[in-house]
Amino acid sequence: MMSLRKSKFLLTMMLFGYAFLYLPILTLIGYSFNQGPRVTLWTGFSTKWYASLFANERILEAVWLSLRIAFCAATIAVIVGVIAAFVLARFRRFRGRSFFNGIVTAPLVMPDVMSGLALLLMLVFLEQLIGWPQTRGGVTIALGHITVSIAYVLVIVRSRLLEMDYALEEAALDLGARPLGVFFRITLPLIFPSIGAGWLLAFTLSLDDVVLASFLSGPGATTLPMLVFSSIRFGISPEINALATIIVCLVATGVLISGYILYRQLRQASKA
Amino acid sequence: MRFFSAFFSAKSFLLRVLDFLRLRTFMGKAAVVALPYGWHIIFFLIPFLIVLKISFSQSLLGAPPYSDLFSWFEDDILQLRLNLGNYFYLGEDNLYLAAYWESIRLSGFATLISLLIGYPIAYGIARVTPGVRIFLLLLIILPFWTSFLIRVYAWIGLLNNGGLINTLLLKTGMIQEPLSLMHNDFAVCLGIVYSYLPFMILPLYVSLDKINPRLLEAAHDLGCKPVKSFFLVTLPLSLRGAIAGGMLVFIPGVGEYIIPELLGGSESIMVGKILWSEFFVNRDWPLASALAISMLVLLVLPIIIFQRLLSSETEKAPPL
Repeated sequence: MMSLRKSKFLLTMMLFGYAFLYLPILTLIGYSFNQGPRVTLWTGFSTKWYASLFANERILEAVWLSLRIAFCAATIAVIVGVIAAFVLARFRRFRGRSFFNGIVTAPLVMPDVMSGLALLLMLVFLEQLIGWPQTRGGVTIALGHITVSIAYVLVIVRSRLLEMDYALEEAALDLGARPLGVFFRITLPLIFPSIGAGWLLAFTLSLDDVVLASFLSGPGATTLPMLVFSSIRFGISPEINALATIIVCLVATGVLISGYILYRQLRQASKA
Repeated sequence: MRFFSAFFSAKSFLLRVLDFLRLRTFMGKAAVVALPYGWHIIFFLIPFLIVLKISFSQSLLGAPPYSDLFSWFEDDILQLRLNLGNYFYLGEDNLYLAAYWESIRLSGFATLISLLIGYPIAYGIARVTPGVRIFLLLLIILPFWTSFLIRVYAWIGLLNNGGLINTLLLKTGMIQEPLSLMHNDFAVCLGIVYSYLPFMILPLYVSLDKINPRLLEAAHDLGCKPVKSFFLVTLPLSLRGAIAGGMLVFIPGVGEYIIPELLGGSESIMVGKILWSEFFVNRDWPLASALAISMLVLLVLPIIIFQRLLSSETEKAPPL
């Protein structure tokens, strides 16, 4: 195997690539501690933007709404997504399988403006038909997030289902366990890490979405990304920098912890 | 007691009949398939059918702001009025054609750039030791988990006229006047590349990682130079990953709204932005629907290619 040191080209390209990915975020974090309101003019260290962030009632309200939506959306998306993944990974043949595959994975690449418009028009139609939903807000936003997130959960869980040893499930079935029992006692524990990853991904996707939420929200329901988006349109604000720093730090901690766990598992596996 | 035993014997009898007819596994399977299937029919398929329907209606003032396709007349006549005007309008007005072209051009260019940046990174990740590899992969995934909006926003602070890049270049005397880096095609492309780069790198890495190193050893043993064996062995074998990654960048890029809105100029006309303003500003729902349907027609081929690549990996699944 070729080592990286031998290829200066590869090393430079990788350094350049990682710098490209990280420099914008790092400058953002740096300037969140800037005293002055100008983003480019460093006037001194200060944490006052964090203080004003936590005093901002509207932002806190939006954070709470977004967290509730994300929690519900991720949970439901995981339930439906795991079932969909199981169907696609284990049922080789059923009527309309390729069509099912098509509509389940299409939201993965479908531009948000299209999914958002389509779902909104459907909700308007539904309201004419059965009188629900009369007001749009958290619930309708969550519906949109669930539909998109299912595709991500599906891809993660399905790849785990495909790489895991099917013989385990087969053995349980041969020994007389009911299919449902096999699923809960054999399959589910084995794919649990991927379910966790899928839940987290669905959670962050929901916490991050502007376009679907703008289409599906109604009066009075403003999620955090919607608020951030409208304030960015008016110009840069150091409060947003502070908020971004908090989000990045939270996510980085989560990802690094899971990475460390993964790394330790890998080392144990290579020792054994 | 007798009731219960009767109930259970009836139940087991029923189960035996179902088993005989091979209906039991069928019904179990159907119940499992029904939930995700039903969900996507209600929340994905039907919505697009409704968009199709509304794209054939006329814009009205009112709530909802579009006309009905069907109307009853006194003599039990059901009239269907299909208004093709929205589509004709899209074809006639140069603005919309230009918007499609602009979206395809910018997104395609951004896809190419992310392939050029992403390939060496994915190649490098596939070559390092496993411990380092996890760390490098996490660093690729990390920005993908942080807010998309914030990552686009970070570039505003860098690209502005008074932004960090211009300030640095002015101070070092490399330029006399600030470069206009924002509000143009360059900024939009940069935004797409930056936001979607992880989507390019991950499928590329997966396909590069799958390549059996013995193939390269064999090429080496047979006297093939590393560069030549890269082009003859590695590159063709990683093509699937490149196409999958390319679709993951290109398709959402075409419909992108946030990036052209925040980084593009006021005259930047990508389809996503036009659809947004037709819907939210002009409140012309039928025209916005027609735009969405024509965008779908445009993207249907790339989407199918992407799904073929994605689902061909499931073919090794065990039969059930």
